[in-house]
Amino acid sequence: MATTVGVVVFPGTNCEYDAVQAMETLGAQARLVFHSETSLSGLDAIILPGGFAHGDYLRPGALARFSPIMDAVSRFAAEGGPVVGICNGFQVLCEANLLPGALQKNRGLTFLCKPATLEVVSTRSVITRNATRGQHLNIPINHFSGSYTCSIETLRELRDQDRVVVRYVENPNGSLDDIAGISNEAGNVVGLMPHPERASSELLGSADGLVLLSSLLAAASVG
Amino acid sequence: MRYNARVEVRLRPGIADPEGATIERALPALGFDGIASVKTGRCFNVELDASDLEAARSHAAALADRLLANPVIEESIIEVTPL
Repeated sequence: MATTVGVVVFPGTNCEYDAVQAMETLGAQARLVFHSETSLSGLDAIILPGGFAHGDYLRPGALARFSPIMDAVSRFAAEGGPVVGICNGFQVLCEANLLPGALQKNRGLTFLCKPATLEVVSTRSVITRNATRGQHLNIPINHFSGSYTCSIETLRELRDQDRVVVRYVENPNGSLDDIAGISNEAGNVVGLMPHPERASSELLGSADGLVLLSSLLAAASVG
Repeated sequence: MRYNARVEVRLRPGIADPEGATIERALPALGFDGIASVKTGRCFNVELDASDLEAARSHAAALADRLLANPVIEESIIEVTPL
């Protein structure tokens, strides 16, 4: 049976169809999951896609965290299910305390929409298990609040536990330690600011996102 | 009793404040001399019902911690006044 990926849609999410299409390109099935749903049964992996959940009012992710579906996402994550938050989804995971730290406004207050070169730092996570440590990936960023920050203690934990998943080769937004993506301790919950689903075909300028998304599917099928 | 809780949310010391830094640089360019520092924050006025001032204060502190501020990067200052 094909792997089925749930793509969570909050009011204001706008990258859900890109995520669905990228998953289907890789031979998986994908289903949109509305924020008011309370169950993720039948799904093998979850994507929290980009956009502006609840208008990003208050702070990006601050209100989405209280959506009914987030309890189910937390349970799914606690049971080891693969969860990846892309861009706004990363912000939601941080606000929901499924990942440590926070995403602040970019250094220089510039909205950034451009390709970024990433370096794969850890291959422990569910989105990098098919990648190679040190591998460079060309994947676009599209954000205003993408500057990752956390306490010094948290940063030490992230480094010591091999939880920095990807770094920017040239830091575009002021992120602490050039961090573009991190994982939880188990590696099954990942958040990253760059958009791998927008780098899923050479027609889009890069297919480098496929290695991350195919890793997610590999993790999902292992169960 | 009804109270007004004024909740000021600001960045913790040491957390970068790019908006404050931008305003700080802009003010001298507009001719305002002697600007030493600018920090940004947000202010929420929440009207709430509570049995007394202490209850109103703890109610406001709880909602500030849970939603209005992100404790990773922000702190809040709460002033409660009877209406």
